[in-house]
Amino acid sequence: MVLESALLDATARSATPLLLAGAGELVCERAGVLNLGLEGLMLMGAASGFVVASASGSMALGLATAAGAAAGLALLYGLLTIHAALNQVACGLGFVMLGAGLATVIGRDAPGQLPAGVSLGGIPWLERLPGVGHALFGQDVIAGFAVALVLIMALFWRSSKLGLWLHAAGDAPDAARAMGVPVRLVRLMAVAFGGAMSGLSGGYLSLIYTPMWQEGMTANRGWIALALVVFAGWRPVPLLLGAYLFGALGKAKEFAQALGLAISPYALDALPYLATIAVLAMLSRNRFGAPRALARPWPS
Amino acid sequence: MMKVLLFLVFCLPGLVRAEPLKIGFVYVGPIGNAGWTYAHDQGRLAVERALGDRVRTTYVDSVHEGPEAERIIQQLARSGHKLIFTTSLGFMNPTLNVARQFPDVVFEHATGDRRARNVGTYNARFYEGRYLTGLIAGKMTKSGIIGYVGSLPVPEVYQGLIAFVQGLHKTNPKATVRLIWINSWYDAAKEREAAETLIALGADIITQHTDSPAPVQAAESHGIYAFGYDSDMSAFGPKAHLTATIEEWGPFYTQRAQEVMNHTWTSRDVWGGLASGMVKLAPFSDAVPQAVRSLVDEARAAIISGKLHPMTGPIKDQKGVLRIKKDETPDDAALKRLNWLPQGVGATGG
Repeated sequence: MVLESALLDATARSATPLLLAGAGELVCERAGVLNLGLEGLMLMGAASGFVVASASGSMALGLATAAGAAAGLALLYGLLTIHAALNQVACGLGFVMLGAGLATVIGRDAPGQLPAGVSLGGIPWLERLPGVGHALFGQDVIAGFAVALVLIMALFWRSSKLGLWLHAAGDAPDAARAMGVPVRLVRLMAVAFGGAMSGLSGGYLSLIYTPMWQEGMTANRGWIALALVVFAGWRPVPLLLGAYLFGALGKAKEFAQALGLAISPYALDALPYLATIAVLAMLSRNRFGAPRALARPWPS
Repeated sequence: MMKVLLFLVFCLPGLVRAEPLKIGFVYVGPIGNAGWTYAHDQGRLAVERALGDRVRTTYVDSVHEGPEAERIIQQLARSGHKLIFTTSLGFMNPTLNVARQFPDVVFEHATGDRRARNVGTYNARFYEGRYLTGLIAGKMTKSGIIGYVGSLPVPEVYQGLIAFVQGLHKTNPKATVRLIWINSWYDAAKEREAAETLIALGADIITQHTDSPAPVQAAESHGIYAFGYDSDMSAFGPKAHLTATIEEWGPFYTQRAQEVMNHTWTSRDVWGGLASGMVKLAPFSDAVPQAVRSLVDEARAAIISGKLHPMTGPIKDQKGVLRIKKDETPDDAALKRLNWLPQGVGATGG
């Protein structure tokens, strides 16, 4: 039981940054904008959040800065790709480098670690929930927040005005425009939301998960989050399951190794990626679910 | 008269004092405040302290092991650096490539094994320090399980693992090591994750062959012990940090710089250990009992005097095959080929 709960806790910790960044990207792509710059935005959030939290001694301020700084950078991306209609793939790759570079500059003189006492507790009364209580609410509130966020998204996905606007902007911007949907504004807000969630994901890594700032510390989690959105077929609930599956696969690898099972660490490292490819192969083309106007400049 | 004065003011210093030797350092990670690159940068600062204005040092940090490295090494060579230290295994080929283009620049590559007329190699015998930390771990573990955060499966890491287990079994024959490879030298989040998993599986001491202080931090937050690596990491776990296997590159760097200035430098391989002071242990924390300290001091003296070699057989591998025979000690060439895990690593070992 102790081991099971440790495994569950660990899975929640490694799934949370993927889930946050994935949820942001899901909204962004649903509105028709592909943002490949997640990795850079996450680094931006991780560095700025860490610097502010260690200077101010406030975890909340640090997380807010992480989300805000990355959202600001994402807005710039939005203006370039939505309003100036630049190529989203090229621009997104550029933002990976821009974000990583800015993060390096911001974090250059950061102290090694947070001052003592800067931490984020759990929610005591939710922690006692049977099963997942401790994993989601006992360690830090962000794990629970990420799950709640995605469940709320699922609830409103197809049944609220905002959800429908999002779909309309991503599937048929011309029709949406004709119906009076402010397509560009919806897209810009979706991009900013995606940035904020990426930043929060980075902040989670540098402030809670491994409380320290290190260059490149996101270690390609931004790319995994991008794969997750595809894996989930652009839907919230599969995204949640996928993030936890990826998290669990990563942990399973460590447990297998530590218990001395003779499996190549390289093969185990490839598991999340193999899983993504397998799911892509299984999904038939028409059930794929990609937004129809994804990554296309509009108006064309 | 005026001319003589002018000559004295402007030219004499130039005659007396030669151009300073420009030394370049290429680092794989950020300097930060702990770890591999930090330790090398401390070495660079030691050169500056020792040789003053006879040298000028430059460094480039966070250099990726790939085409970028070659470009940066080339840039240093082109901008007048006459001695260049490249401090990561993955800089081997870029260093050799650039060395061919700049025959009068001296290169020193850390942890590699390929030399050229103007390329020397150097490394530290980390395994000697790891043997000593193994002795401490055997004495201080209660659960009998040590968590080991491994980087990449290369000989240097296998040497450390084997020596650690040798020390561990010397003081605690029943103790086992649980190992997780993170497939990277430096990935704070993965190192933390691996340490958390090892702790969940019952490890009550964490040791690492990776470069960030994240494992020490993890141990601190769980109230257990840890050994740092590369540099003293006690700031990241004041209670957890028992000691660390650390490197002191300063004297070696200073010596090499002097050789280049005196034109006595030759290409060779230096593999320094406890005896030459290249490998050291960080100060013990208060948690290490006096008896254990004496034990470690004795073993350290024996290694330095050559009476004890951490890798003296018999040593069996994970499957129980005898790899190093009784009383046999592998030579340096054999050590540099090690690629197997010793018995005692994994759940079935020990």
